[in-house]
Amino acid sequence: MSEARVETLNGKKMKISSGPVGQNDSVGSRVFNIVNYLIVSLIAFTTILPFIYIIGASFATEYELATRPMFIIPRDVTLDAYRYIFSSNKILMAFGNSVFITVVGTLINLFFTVTMAYAVSKQRLRGRNFFLNLVIFSMFFSGGMIPSYIVIANILQLKDTYWSVLLPGAISAYNMMIVKNFFQGIPQELEESASIDGCNDIGILWKIVLPLSLPVLATFGLFYAVGHWNAYFGAMIYMSGARDKWPLQVLLREIIILANASAGDLQNMDPNFVQPPEQSIKMAVIVVSTVPIMCVYPFLQKYFVKGVMVGALKG
Amino acid sequence: MSTRAERKRMHGTGKEYWAKLGRDIKRDKWLFLLLLPGLIYFIVFKYLPMFGIVIAFENYVPYSGVFGSQWVGWKWFEYFFKFPSWTRYLSNTLVLSLMNIVFYFPAPIILALMLNEMLSLRYKKLLQTLLYVPHFISIVIVVSITFVMFGSSGIVYKLTNSLLGHPIDYLGSPTAFRWMIIGQTIWKETGWGTIIFLAALTNVDTQLYEAAMVDGAGRLRRLWHITLPAIRSTIVLMLILRMGSVLDSGYDHLILMANSLNRSASQTLDVFVYQQGIQQGQYSYAAAIGLMKSIVSVTLVVGSNKIAHALGEQGLY
Repeated sequence: MSEARVETLNGKKMKISSGPVGQNDSVGSRVFNIVNYLIVSLIAFTTILPFIYIIGASFATEYELATRPMFIIPRDVTLDAYRYIFSSNKILMAFGNSVFITVVGTLINLFFTVTMAYAVSKQRLRGRNFFLNLVIFSMFFSGGMIPSYIVIANILQLKDTYWSVLLPGAISAYNMMIVKNFFQGIPQELEESASIDGCNDIGILWKIVLPLSLPVLATFGLFYAVGHWNAYFGAMIYMSGARDKWPLQVLLREIIILANASAGDLQNMDPNFVQPPEQSIKMAVIVVSTVPIMCVYPFLQKYFVKGVMVGALKG
Repeated sequence: MSTRAERKRMHGTGKEYWAKLGRDIKRDKWLFLLLLPGLIYFIVFKYLPMFGIVIAFENYVPYSGVFGSQWVGWKWFEYFFKFPSWTRYLSNTLVLSLMNIVFYFPAPIILALMLNEMLSLRYKKLLQTLLYVPHFISIVIVVSITFVMFGSSGIVYKLTNSLLGHPIDYLGSPTAFRWMIIGQTIWKETGWGTIIFLAALTNVDTQLYEAAMVDGAGRLRRLWHITLPAIRSTIVLMLILRMGSVLDSGYDHLILMANSLNRSASQTLDVFVYQQGIQQGQYSYAAAIGLMKSIVSVTLVVGSNKIAHALGEQGLY
């Protein structure tokens, strides 16, 4: 504890801390440490508390939720809420749609991002600066929500098709630039030897560059995949008429948020108003939609932090 | 950027230029083929909408198209400023932005500094793992969790009700609306926001700490005089980026929390564009407001970048 810290980050070894470096830890320094540990631990605990509560409550009975003020582990564990939400195929279908959009969307993202990044990573490409400026300008200025909506809905006529959520975000300019920088860092000699062997640019990309870029592809694949899984706005505005294509997030909004948003207006609700689902059911729906993210989270964290670092240091 | 004379020297003139262009394209035909999908994407989904901004000066009807619609000039801009409650939309936007900068913006910086002071690397990693979780959760789930916990049958609602003796309408009151938005943002993004500052903190020269210790500087003084100045340029950079989105209130977040009861606080420019444009089909009107927003944003980024340079910081570019 009294020794200077050494942390490995990006392969470099460095010491970081304004903490005690010598042997003489003062009382003030110790108090500082204890208070600091307590506060950060408390913040971290608060951060995950809602998840713990929701998971616990999703297994609780409606009666316990209504009567016990606070609990993490329910007294009577029941699967009723889960049985209920899987009794119709509504949730399952939305889950399937989300999986489909995430998988296909991410493949589209990677294809568009990698091909363009590789092309603009080559100095010899004619008009390279023009293409790069085209990309960079789009990071600062955009047409805005309405003109994009008109292009997608009215000009391309993509409404109520999966394309309306798969294509519009096919390339993130920021990600593309980072992948481009990575490609530029690959030794030229490797590619040259392949081109002597009669490989064209597509062959070099496929056989030499991509196998070397798997960690980068994993990072950005995950970036894109989480983006697709969590997206709701595009699906909400473009696929409003195609309920059978709704992803989980749009369904979730309808079940929990829309049902509850009007709860305050109950007095002047129309008589056909359907009672919102009960508490534990809502919690079970939240758990089901969060589980996939939590399953990939351990991988996410590792790659994501790396991705952010690459962006922060090189981009 | 090369000048015209330079370009002439590089690529020759007239016929020569075209001949070389043809040769270059032929030589790199596979590379151009790889460029094509991305190029088409940017033209269709980024530049076509930019061109589509002209509808802000038209009375756009989908049937007639962008070219066939009637030109109305500044009509929509005048219309908006004649609309009596336009100031409310603007002030709601600015209040939310200001609250975000005052309450959310410093949060990751403070947390990063606290994490940086932790000596047990393993425990720090564990806490970081927990702190990053909400970043990966969709905003729909964040709002859903809020509804389940703060709604009238939720745990927080009941708890504060029994503690205070009166209920708090977390989801329906305009004042609560703003605090809920800021609270959700802080909960979701603070942990993740620390990464960029922690990265900056790794570049601090530890010899400075040793020197300061010799001079008798305590923990807090070292933090204040060494650690904080070391990440100053990162803070300025993040602030510049934040300035560019002063008029963005995050429509995807806001429209989930907005309802008829908190309308007086939830109606921001972003929500206005969404309601007028997407919900009511007033494309031209909404596009005009969106255009104003974009112009202000670009101006603010350029302006705050200039200020950063004037203050001796590196800035964004």
